[in-house]
Amino acid sequence: MTIDFETPKPIAQMQTMLQTVAENMMRTTSREFDENEHAIPWGYVEFMHTAMRSMGGGGGLTVTDDKPKEGAEKRPPIGYQKLAAQIEMLSWGDVGYYLITPGGGLGAAAVQAAGNAGQKAKFLARFNDDKPTYAAMCMTEPGAGSDTSAIRARAVLDEKTNEWIINGEKIFVTAGDKSFTEYEKLGKGFVVVWASIDPSAGRSGMRAFVVESGAPGVKVTKLEHKLGIRASDTASISLVDARVPFENILGSPTVEKSTTGFKGAMATFDATRPLVAASGLGVARAALEFLKEKLKENGVEIRYGLPRQKLSNIEREVFDMEIMLKSSWLMVLKAVWMADNKKPNALESSMSKVKAGDVTTKVTQKAVEILGPLGYSREFLLEKWFRDAKITDIYEGTGQINRLVVARQILGYSGAELR
Amino acid sequence: MYSFEPNEEQQMLIDAVGKYAANDLRPAAHDAEESRELPKKLVSKGWELGFLQASTPEAYGGFGERSAVTGALALEEMAFGDLAGALAVLTPSLFATPILLGGSEEQKQEYLPRIVGGDWAPYTAALMEMSFDFDPNALKTSAKADGDNYILNGEKIFVPFAKDAEALIVYANLDGVTQGFIVTKGSAGLSISEEREKVMGLNALPMYRVKLENVSASRLGGASGHDFELILSAMRIASASAAVGVARSSFEYAKNYAKERDAFGVKIAQKQAIAFMLAEMATEIEAMRLLTWEAAWKLDNNKDDAHIAAYLAQTGAADMVMMVTDRGVQIYGGHGYIRENPVELLMRNGRGFSSLLGLVIL
Repeated sequence: MTIDFETPKPIAQMQTMLQTVAENMMRTTSREFDENEHAIPWGYVEFMHTAMRSMGGGGGLTVTDDKPKEGAEKRPPIGYQKLAAQIEMLSWGDVGYYLITPGGGLGAAAVQAAGNAGQKAKFLARFNDDKPTYAAMCMTEPGAGSDTSAIRARAVLDEKTNEWIINGEKIFVTAGDKSFTEYEKLGKGFVVVWASIDPSAGRSGMRAFVVESGAPGVKVTKLEHKLGIRASDTASISLVDARVPFENILGSPTVEKSTTGFKGAMATFDATRPLVAASGLGVARAALEFLKEKLKENGVEIRYGLPRQKLSNIEREVFDMEIMLKSSWLMVLKAVWMADNKKPNALESSMSKVKAGDVTTKVTQKAVEILGPLGYSREFLLEKWFRDAKITDIYEGTGQINRLVVARQILGYSGAELR
Repeated sequence: MYSFEPNEEQQMLIDAVGKYAANDLRPAAHDAEESRELPKKLVSKGWELGFLQASTPEAYGGFGERSAVTGALALEEMAFGDLAGALAVLTPSLFATPILLGGSEEQKQEYLPRIVGGDWAPYTAALMEMSFDFDPNALKTSAKADGDNYILNGEKIFVPFAKDAEALIVYANLDGVTQGFIVTKGSAGLSISEEREKVMGLNALPMYRVKLENVSASRLGGASGHDFELILSAMRIASASAAVGVARSSFEYAKNYAKERDAFGVKIAQKQAIAFMLAEMATEIEAMRLLTWEAAWKLDNNKDDAHIAAYLAQTGAADMVMMVTDRGVQIYGGHGYIRENPVELLMRNGRGFSSLLGLVIL
């Protein structure tokens, strides 16, 4: 190995293809589904499902890696890198759409990370069926965000029926509606609900449960109205004496002293943070490209190579935005490259999210500012991208939580030492 | 194929330079700055690491190929030790690398073997001029053709080791284009200031002002000249990687200090106000390191946008190093302002990156 920044061919080809999808299936209707908040762009959903199935990528946007042709030289894995590039390009098209790309999403990721072989076989096969199918993760509660130890949902085993009885209230469930509500055009999905089987045990008592669509006692109670990413449904799900089969628990049904089970689940965030970063950077790239295009149309030249003192303010801003965007993307690439090569990447993963949260927010803010009324008008998509962008610094751990993770890593501190 | 891993040879170089930076340059930095003197032995020890020698092909007396990526890796390590020391060690490259990149075969044969084959010797270059909006592509120093030679007029500032230089490359404006010219010691019309330049930092590096009055010189690359943009980008990438090294040094001092210093019953690093500053410093350093690597890789691989990448890397790294070294001082509090502690020098050196160009090349 040596330091190399050449885009691997399979990634470059995939980017070209997805750019066509983004231009023809996403950008064309972006505005429509931003203004009709809870409408579902079925055209995109069905197209993506068919396309992903035909490419053998059943299960939606997951880590897939082409097997090298027989006799071909073995090459290092690039599955995560490919996924990050896919997500970046789809988000460049429309991040709201990207978030409703059919598949298992974070729900399936939890099964993949914490489920046993039987559970994987049972719960994950459906994503390759005829109809697009969704799964979602229910972690957040009204009183518990990044501090997952504050989760109050309870699961109690009913030994007579061998079922878990779950009570709790979950909010901010991305794709929660499509995962739980039964739609004719969709397959039967599920949500993964985090609840405690022993509140006295703190984090080590926390478990994830697969709750199938239509389970008794479970209801989608609300669809949020949001600042941006409006094509993506964000659901509240209430569980009142919900009954779930015993075997739907992910991980051990008894509580041990160690928190390894929980930490294992948390480790999935190391894998997903750079992907969220990639998504944000797709939005930022769209905004920066739009800005440069409009400046060019208006006869504003961007002159590279001049000393700072000779640059116009707009030129300085554009260069700063390019520097932010390019370097932030490289941090994402490094984090996913590490994941592909099985190198521990908790630090790089959180760093890439810290940076991308800032960059995505700043680039879209600046683009709107520089373009004045053109930036603020709903005639163009830029104002939408500004609203879409903000979520990057919030979900999958806010910028502040990720700073805390980065700080603990670089200082060698535990959660108790740096609270 | 993406990869972020230095190869084995590069890793060996990083380790060797890292050892020299930590064990030799760093401990000497404070006294060198205060006394305005770098120990000769320190510089020759750095020279013996063989960085320039390893970047010069065998045909010209070296034992390797130049690579901006390898250079960026090595320079970050060296600048982590001490910026003035690193610039001094690499001063002969200011003369040799442009010859390698743009010199004629004759010029390569004449200069490269004797530079890379010998002890560290003061070969240097003069790019900067005293103007607030100094622009390497719009120099005030002029060159005019005169038969096979060229006549140079103008004034150059911040020229490292000019006093004793055997020869130097002077960059000048030839019909609106920047070109390098080889000026040898004792040329008529060449005058070098008695006094050393005094700047905010880098006091250990002897820099001089150079005046050129109808100095006769030969053109880098011979009659057809050379591609200045390639040289400029190599300077920009060098500047960016040195900035990353300086920033990393300040970050490391600040991090260690914050883990030692008590306040209100805990270490100050245990306060989010400090911990978050450190997290952001580490993040920005990593961001600019990767941007610099990519620019260097693009230059090595002749990518179309290599020059833009080098420009952006330099610009971004200059901003980053100011932010990081300022915070280094801030985290030390009052102690950071005292010259006994290392972070104020790093801040002074950090400020230079937005103003200085052509003091180092890869």
